[in-house]
Amino acid sequence: MSELILHRNLDDPDGVYADLVAAHDGLSKAESDALTARLVLILVNHIGSRDVLNAALQAANKAGTLE
Amino acid sequence: MSKSFDLPLYPYARHADQDQDQDRPARHPVVIVGAGPVGLAAAIDLALHEVPVLVLDDNDRVSTGSRAICFSQRTLQILDRLGCGQAADMGVTWNTGRVFHGAGEVCGFTVLDEDSHKHPAFVNLQQYQLEHILVQRAQALAAQGGPLQIRGRNRVEAIGTHDDHVRLSVSTPEGDYEVHADWLLACDGANSPTRRMMGLDFVGRAFEDNFLIADVVMQADFPTERHFWFDPPFNPGQSAMLHRQPGDLWRIDLQLGRDIDPEVEKRPERVIPRLKAMLGPDKDFALEWVSIYKFQCRRMERFRSGRVIFAGDSAHQVSPFGARGANSGIQDADNLCWKLAAVVKGHAPEALLDSYEFERVYAADENILSATRETEFITPSTQASKLFRDAVLALAETQDFARPMVNSGRLSRPTSYDESTLTSPDADGLPDITRPGAPIPDAPVPGGWLLDQTGGDFCLLWVNGAPPPDLPQLALPLRVVHIDPVQAPLVAQRYLGDAARAAYLLRPDQHVAARWRAPETKPLIAALARALSQPEAAHV
Repeated sequence: MSELILHRNLDDPDGVYADLVAAHDGLSKAESDALTARLVLILVNHIGSRDVLNAALQAANKAGTLE
Repeated sequence: MSKSFDLPLYPYARHADQDQDQDRPARHPVVIVGAGPVGLAAAIDLALHEVPVLVLDDNDRVSTGSRAICFSQRTLQILDRLGCGQAADMGVTWNTGRVFHGAGEVCGFTVLDEDSHKHPAFVNLQQYQLEHILVQRAQALAAQGGPLQIRGRNRVEAIGTHDDHVRLSVSTPEGDYEVHADWLLACDGANSPTRRMMGLDFVGRAFEDNFLIADVVMQADFPTERHFWFDPPFNPGQSAMLHRQPGDLWRIDLQLGRDIDPEVEKRPERVIPRLKAMLGPDKDFALEWVSIYKFQCRRMERFRSGRVIFAGDSAHQVSPFGARGANSGIQDADNLCWKLAAVVKGHAPEALLDSYEFERVYAADENILSATRETEFITPSTQASKLFRDAVLALAETQDFARPMVNSGRLSRPTSYDESTLTSPDADGLPDITRPGAPIPDAPVPGGWLLDQTGGDFCLLWVNGAPPPDLPQLALPLRVVHIDPVQAPLVAQRYLGDAARAAYLLRPDQHVAARWRAPETKPLIAALARALSQPEAAHV
């Protein structure tokens, strides 16, 4: 079983970030949220592991509690 | 400390050009409009190439505060070549940046340069100090008989463009006069009057947020580091930056948001409480300069319009977080001046100047992309953009993978002219950092530094080379430099890699034009012709 990757794994983090943000240009809040939901589902399918998803959820939740 | 911007360094003085018969105005090979860092660097470079140059400036002194403060290694190398190497010593060297979110530190970066370049990665120096150094150098050159003049309080009021020259109407305290120029360099800043008079475009993206930029004099024991805050307790919901300059002067940027009145926010009674919130209530400080900006990323479509060439902020403008403004302007001058000198002297066709536009538009687009991305991260323009930005900052506190996405400004690097028409096809198996088009990396060599042996002229750099092939008589000077890789291991690492030997043809601006593992005369001559846009390059 593969583990959740939390080390730096992108060659071009600025470019990837810019693509993510640009995908939402011109969308309403509802459209933008819907895009994010579809994107998450596509990426979850790509990952193909409930364990990895749960580890990712945990990491995301943990970061949120520090706000 | 006395401030050089209070002194008229090039006061108005009547010149014989003003007494010319109106029908036959004086004609100059090159006139530069604007005695800022770019115009002065260009003037010095052209004078060193023995091209007569006249600088016209509407003022008679260096600019006042709150402009460029951060100068990159490439700029310091260019300044050194121009005889202004003391800029590096006068500046504050720094190599650490820290980024804070709320009350905590989220990440940091170092621009630490191993001790293998003559100049540090960055120094901070007030723009007026740099301008002062450049004016002194220009005046010293003129005093030694160099073909360079700076005329203060000479304002260009009108421009007439012709196929082979430009007419300038110039106003002075003693009335107007006309001069003609074979070539005009517009180095007159982001609001370029030259660009406006010629009705040329300047398009791009304007950002909505206002930033308070303050230069503050204070005794402080803050470290010599770049500190950047997202949403700090002293400026909630906004960003802030603190950066040291020489002489107890500190640059502070405070984001103010969109819907503010800049005239009101500029008042000391509004500025001082903001700074006290940041620096602490008991900190003594004095304001040297305060201004409020909105940032823009834009450029001209073409940097050359016939006999008029734009360089620096007149041609392109970026938001300031990555040190891309003055640095890219000085790199424009570095790129342009050897080409213009070659054209003026008849060593190269006018087509060589097209490569200035191609290469520096390429650099401007690289800079605008980086500046747009960092400004979007610092001041998200949409709700979704802010959501992702805040998510990155939240994750970065615990997750290392998110830290490279935190963008408080990616510091500028010199552009490699990878697609340039001036470069020749690459040789196999040599290091990527010294590929054709790249700015050459410095390295220690016996008795000094590699870069000090290059620049100004074309240079043939032999690393572990056999004796050079026979070269025919060339129109241009070609310096030949031999480096023994055993005595200069970092030259070997950066210029040879695994190869046993190599030869590099370096342009006068210290970029690689061509390189070979086993050079012969014919390809060398062809590469030199190509680097000068000479037509014979086409059929080699």
